Amino acid sequence: MTDAALDKPRPVEARSAGRFLFWAAVVLISAWVLVPIYLLLVNTLSSPQQVTAFPKSGVPGWDFGSIQFFMSFAGVLRALWNSLFVALLTMILSIGLGAPAGYALSRFDFPGKEVFRMLVVMTRAFPLPLLALPLAVLFIRTGLDDTAIGLAIVHTVLAIPFAVLITFSLFSGIPLELEEAAWTLGCNRWQAFRKVVLPLVLPGITASAVFAFTISWNEVFAAAVLTIENRTLPAFLIQNLNVSPLHLKFAGGAAMVIPALIFIFAVRRYLFAMWGIANR
Amino acid sequence: MKSKALPYLLLLPATVFLLVFFVYPFIQIAWLSVSGPGGFSLQPFTTMATHWKFQTALGWTLLLAAVVVPIQLVMALSMASIVTRLQQGRNTFLYIFTIPLGLSDLAAGIIWLAIFEQSGYLNSMLHGLGIIDQPILFLGYQNIWVIFIAIVLAEVWRATAIMMVILVSGMGLIPKEFYEAGEVFGANAWQRFVKITLPLLRPSLQSALILRTLAALEVFAVVTALGGTTLPVLMGETFQWQFTLQDRNVASAYAMVILAISILATFFFLRVLRVPKGATI
Repeated sequence: MTDAALDKPRPVEARSAGRFLFWAAVVLISAWVLVPIYLLLVNTLSSPQQVTAFPKSGVPGWDFGSIQFFMSFAGVLRALWNSLFVALLTMILSIGLGAPAGYALSRFDFPGKEVFRMLVVMTRAFPLPLLALPLAVLFIRTGLDDTAIGLAIVHTVLAIPFAVLITFSLFSGIPLELEEAAWTLGCNRWQAFRKVVLPLVLPGITASAVFAFTISWNEVFAAAVLTIENRTLPAFLIQNLNVSPLHLKFAGGAAMVIPALIFIFAVRRYLFAMWGIANR
Repeated sequence: MKSKALPYLLLLPATVFLLVFFVYPFIQIAWLSVSGPGGFSLQPFTTMATHWKFQTALGWTLLLAAVVVPIQLVMALSMASIVTRLQQGRNTFLYIFTIPLGLSDLAAGIIWLAIFEQSGYLNSMLHGLGIIDQPILFLGYQNIWVIFIAIVLAEVWRATAIMMVILVSGMGLIPKEFYEAGEVFGANAWQRFVKITLPLLRPSLQSALILRTLAALEVFAVVTALGGTTLPVLMGETFQWQFTLQDRNVASAYAMVILAISILATFFFLRVLRVPKGATI
């Protein structure tokens, strides 16, 4: 808006009015994002009495009663541990399965390539959490029901398209010549990969691993369908939603939000590369 | 010989995994939805369609998607335009704008519950302004439209970031020369946006809209957190049939309905925002 005035200089006031509007919009959107999170944290850092009191103040009471209640509530610690464990498994599975596929797609031309790409793209066009329904039956038959690995498998189906597409774009960004140079210097294919390509893509791989972790950490529906005893935090919260007091909900919400904030911060540099390519 | 087999070996684990845990369950879910105790039966669909909650759930789900997605499109386009224009503090604001990307729908529901519940911040604010004496029960069944608005706000708040990210990376691909040419011919900022940005952004708009519409049709945890079962949606009903009513077949029938609408929506956007062959940047 402000750069419209490049060739025909406008009065200074009009320009600064435009700038003011622009920054007002920036501040407004930031507030729209941040204020609700702030309010959740205020609730979390207040005592249970303060949470249910009316009217409520906009500053935290600096009381750890809600957090203490949450942490000592039966099943919470275990749910936190389950969430962490399932997310780690998802991370390992989706990168372990997805990265070789991404590498193959970026380096080779072979019959059937398009079929595989279609399969991956298709997974994104289906409501994946619904997979949990038939898989519940399959898991009961195979003894995978109510286990971390069973849930991690479903979460991996959710995360694998992203892992494949992201690693595909990462490997495509490394010139093949680098690998070829290593081959002429006496490396075999694996050595060239490990010594030349891997160090270059490792940060990006880490970012997509973190992304897979976040997908699993946040997933509610499949987790609620597939677990009974070994609930993850989101499944635990949604199952107890109508019976749990407000301060438990808010502390639980904060427990889900804070790691997510850190993750997004950690992978912020890769977000756009990931999505820019994942689109095409 | 070895290097011919290598790509297939690399693809094998992911392919087997997707066949076993993606393709097979889908065949199974389709079968479950049309089978009864004695083999093929349309009973699950009849049970689903004649249950009084089906039509309301379908209606609310479609209405939510129809309201949420356009709002998000407009917001995401504005946010993406702002981000591409930012010179100072671009990274900081980009991080802030993308924060909701990492948040789960359940967390978003709980966050907006803190605002809308009876002793929540909206009531406290109205009280502070002297508008009300007693807190209002916003999220009760008498105020179903308030629940609806709260869900819309929570969904817009949470899921606009993903659209914005897709659009920002799409805008980054549009060559600067196009805008310079537009300026030379006297197009103002709005005209450049409509005539240059929007048409060239089509592929990104397409994937952003498909992604968001499908997610909007699967709305579940936000609704449960804010309205319980007062405002039924398809995914919530699927969950109810699977758990409370213990009927897998009807739950699968619901899943098939969600799937069918998702496929229709995908085709719709593929068609409406079709990119002419050879017209990519």
